Amino acid sequence: MLSIEHVSKTFNPGTVNEKKALEDVSLHLERGDFVTLIGSNGAGKSTLFTAIAGGFVPDSGRIVLDGRDITFLPDYRRSREIGRLFQDPLKGTAPRMTIEENLALAYLRASKGGGGIFSTIKAKDRDFFREKLATLGLGLENRLTQPVGLLSGGQRQALTLLMATLVTPKLLLLDEHTAALDPATAEKVLELTKKIVTQQNITCMMVTHNISSALELGNRTIMMDGGRIVFELSGEERRNMTVEELLRRFKQQTNRQLDNDRMLLTRE
Amino acid sequence: MLLVLRSAAEQGFIYSLVALALYLSYRTLDIADLTTDGTFTLGCAISATMTLAGHPLLGLVLAIAAGAAAGGVTAVLQTKLGVPSILAGIITMTGLYSVNLAAMGSKSNLPMLKEENVFSMAQALFGSAYKLVVAGVFAAVCAVLLGLFLRTRLGLSIRATGDNRDMVSASSINPALMTTVGLCVANALTGLSGALLAQYQKFSDIGLGTGMVVIGLASLIIGEVVVGRGGILRGVLAAVIGAVVYRIIIALALSSSVDANWIKFFSAVIVAIAIAYPTVKEKVLFYQKRRREAKKYAQH
Ligand SMILES: Nc1ncnc2c1ncn2[C@@H]1O[C@H](COP(=O)(O)OP(=O)(O)OP(=O)(O)O)[C@@H](O)[C@H]1O
Ligand SMILES: [Mg+2]
Repeated sequence: MLSIEHVSKTFNPGTVNEKKALEDVSLHLERGDFVTLIGSNGAGKSTLFTAIAGGFVPDSGRIVLDGRDITFLPDYRRSREIGRLFQDPLKGTAPRMTIEENLALAYLRASKGGGGIFSTIKAKDRDFFREKLATLGLGLENRLTQPVGLLSGGQRQALTLLMATLVTPKLLLLDEHTAALDPATAEKVLELTKKIVTQQNITCMMVTHNISSALELGNRTIMMDGGRIVFELSGEERRNMTVEELLRRFKQQTNRQLDNDRMLLTRE
Repeated sequence: MLLVLRSAAEQGFIYSLVALALYLSYRTLDIADLTTDGTFTLGCAISATMTLAGHPLLGLVLAIAAGAAAGGVTAVLQTKLGVPSILAGIITMTGLYSVNLAAMGSKSNLPMLKEENVFSMAQALFGSAYKLVVAGVFAAVCAVLLGLFLRTRLGLSIRATGDNRDMVSASSINPALMTTVGLCVANALTGLSGALLAQYQKFSDIGLGTGMVVIGLASLIIGEVVVGRGGILRGVLAAVIGAVVYRIIIALALSSSVDANWIKFFSAVIVAIAIAYPTVKEKVLFYQKRRREAKKYAQH
């Protein structure tokens, strides 16, 4: 499904600010995999997502999605197949446009030819949007013509999630997408994520700073550090893994404590 | 007096196309497009030359096409070649100066007093109000078309590009292409505006476009004060109404013997104040709050 082959990326090479953000990262995802990604601050998790989504071309290595080499494909072309959510709930929606207009843009990905560039939002599109919004359970289905800027952070993030999955993507990248929300809202958005990802059987990667939810959600867990994948858990080993054991394992492999400022706060 | 108002309205309708263009480039795409000055003159020049050649309608069509091309050049400079957006507009505008002179046959002004133009062509149909009718129809048609355009898929994509660029590429839309389309459409409108003005006043001059971007913005901002902001309907209404109000203000100022030389100065002041207003308001609130808090703690 997704193959990342020996991908490396150094920021500001040859300067004092040189930073090896990814070092020879290789990873293979099967269709339907749900991978949770954890690691210290600056481990390279977001950079890995940016490489997959097309924010830059890696210095070396290649990325293959569903049999197609996408290494040199610009980001907007990849977004037909790759959905991405950021920590910042403001990033995924256009605030001055209405809810239905935002959804219509997301819907563009689906109908490549049909409708044409001069088509407008039809009553049947509105019905479809309303029905989809209703599944969020936030009452947004009655606010189609309000500007998105009026929504709360959690509502905007839920809307972004809906937009990213309105047309089922081949791959969904979630980068701490609940971290900026209050606990109750974060819980709600995470529930929605689980529901949508399972229902549509989306191949998904999720960065989280919450180790217990990293172990609980999905079928694989990957630990990154210093631009590398340190270890990966799946199957039996992952089912039996505890938070304490995972931290011990990290320390043993890297000779360091796992230092993620946001992680410590949420360790139960 | 009524005649003064009528001619102000006629000019307002013609210039409203520039305000509509700026609603698209400045308000929607968030680009201060300085190509506008050059494109306006380009429209005048082409329209004048074609009118002298006996093809006023073709002149309008060519002015639209040439305007779109000028917008395209600016767009390519900024989206493909990494030229900062303000500079891209200045470069195109500067280059256009020579093009405009060439389009007027190397003369800095072209009178066309006797030739038939789109206004005189309509005279037989609409009687004495013919100029107002023609200008009004052009303004209305452009406003309606722009309003409808911004609701289409293409229009939505252009608006989103100005609103949240990240989100646009995440929706599989090419933001560079959307910027290009937006600037082409905006400059096509500006070119048409210049073309209409030349035929309206039966005269083209190489300096007609100078300061047009500021005048257009001033009109748009005045219009937004009148009808408010938010929504496409309000936006295009603001452009048209603002342009007319602006021309009426100018006409009144001139008839009360204000020196015509100062008109552009006042436009500049209007734009500076209107754009600075939110920042100044915030600063004032900040100092008020600081004083209030200081007082509160002094009492303890
Ligand atoms: N555009 C950039 N230019 C220079 N350095 C960068 C850039 N993007 C990331 N980096 C650096 O690359 C390293 C990896 O950053 P990245 O954002 O991928 O970390 P992360 O694992 O997502 O961390 P966090 O948990 O804090 O989000 C960091 O040291 C960061 O400073
Ligand atoms: Mg990150």
